[in-house]
Amino acid sequence: MPVFAGTYQTQLLTYGLTLAIAALGFNLLLGYTGLLSFGHSAYFGAGAYAVALTMRYLDVASMELLLLGGVVFSAALAALFGVVCVRHTRIFFAILTLALSQVLWTLAYKFFWITGGTDGLRVPFAKVTLLGGLVSFPGADAFGKFITSYYYYVLAVFCLCAALMWLIVHSPFGKTLQAIRDNETRARFLGVRIWRYRWLAFLVSGIFTGLAGSLWVPLNGLTTPDVLYWPQSGKIVFFAVLGGFRNFTGPIFGAVLFNYLEVYAVALTEYWQLTLGVILIVLVTFLPAGVVGTAQRLLARLK
Amino acid sequence: MSLLRTEALKKHFGETRAVDNVNFTVNEGEFLSLVGTNGAGKTTLVNLISAFLAPDSGRIFIGERDITRSSVEERIRAGIARSFQLVNLFDDLSVLDNVALSIFARDGKTKRIFALAERDAAVMREATELLELFGMGAKARGPARDLAQGERKLLDVAVAYALRPKLLFLDEPTSGVSTRDKAQIMDRVSSVVRGGGITAVVIEHDMDVVFKYSDRVVVMHEGRFLADGPPEDIRRNSDVAKYLLGTDV
Repeated sequence: MPVFAGTYQTQLLTYGLTLAIAALGFNLLLGYTGLLSFGHSAYFGAGAYAVALTMRYLDVASMELLLLGGVVFSAALAALFGVVCVRHTRIFFAILTLALSQVLWTLAYKFFWITGGTDGLRVPFAKVTLLGGLVSFPGADAFGKFITSYYYYVLAVFCLCAALMWLIVHSPFGKTLQAIRDNETRARFLGVRIWRYRWLAFLVSGIFTGLAGSLWVPLNGLTTPDVLYWPQSGKIVFFAVLGGFRNFTGPIFGAVLFNYLEVYAVALTEYWQLTLGVILIVLVTFLPAGVVGTAQRLLARLK
Repeated sequence: MSLLRTEALKKHFGETRAVDNVNFTVNEGEFLSLVGTNGAGKTTLVNLISAFLAPDSGRIFIGERDITRSSVEERIRAGIARSFQLVNLFDDLSVLDNVALSIFARDGKTKRIFALAERDAAVMREATELLELFGMGAKARGPARDLAQGERKLLDVAVAYALRPKLLFLDEPTSGVSTRDKAQIMDRVSSVVRGGGITAVVIEHDMDVVFKYSDRVVVMHEGRFLADGPPEDIRRNSDVAKYLLGTDV
């Protein structure tokens, strides 16, 4: 990609790939377990803040260590929130996830002496090193090099995440989640302890989304409470609806496409939220299987 | 030798005595039919034994072990499995995966997260063989939702059977299917279950099916047992004729 496109397009796609990792995590819950979370901003934000706080207060520069911190923090959070949420389903699950994410948003907003409040925390790319310090970006003119290197870095992590998630959803564990989604009662009468599997799915989903937030923040250069606020959760839901949540690639495609839609809608019109709203209405009304799901159906008809 | 025993098992829903002090015994190896009119308490009795419902009072034993307070998972481990009156399948999974999942659950493999389900050759072989036994080998790769009603009923039984229970409860395995399909389903179920050496309790309305396939018939009426015996005795029983068949012997 960087060979053909300029820095800006490479940066856009890198954003899209980080969001796609969040979409993969989110869809383990929605598409494969049948649980709609309206609070995934919590884990995305947890990953982002973990990186920012580790860099600021522990002076860590290694992206691998920063990612580890992001994953551990978001995993701990998902493990805790999961215990509260997974004993409920449908609207009760959705509301609980939303409420918990808003608690986190309030903490980031109010504890400004730690989190920087609405100013947020800066994560300058120049401080970040990749591959255990082998690749660094000193100097103000290193942005282009950072974007190119970071694109390949994010692409590698994305491929790893996609392969791992593919393995998970095709494993006996993944099949069990789909069975719970399809028919909870029957799964229970096979001896499956439902809430344990839902909790584990919640945890894995949180880890993927946290990793996405951790990768996203050096690219953005800053994290603010906005990443923990409910519209961020709404965006993650949008990824899945846009691409289609009943297939593996749908949310990946949805995340990348949403990123382009948002950027170009903002550039083209001041009514960009209206544009996205109309797209969402059209999708739900005419393409409930999402873009990828609909394309797959059309291809199947042509065969 | 008794495999399952209940002592004064009771479940009331308000004024309705769904199961009323029932002493029920299932002997090892028998193919037993539980019959009765709608509301007689057959499904409630199975629900109590399988932990779908908790009894008001009474006790349930599997062998000598008291399982009255045991969870669903513990009862499955004790050897009880069931199918459902309304077909309960995993519709978006393939027919093969429906059965394979049951085997994964039985073998404690459902927590395997970093292994492809399809690569577990032993499970997939067993699931395929089981589907062949139930006459659905050709449908293995398609989604369960695409099956016809009779096939869905059979798959429902196959999923429960794959747990290899000691005692299998089948709740109306032929309801909602044509008379011709009924015979095919019961022929298949009866031969597979008997061939597997599994004790079965079948809830059934069709008395022709009951008399043809059962070793023993238990008749329920208003939450109590009205009659219990071999099919030929039940056929001649005047109470059964009066309450169940609406005729005189």
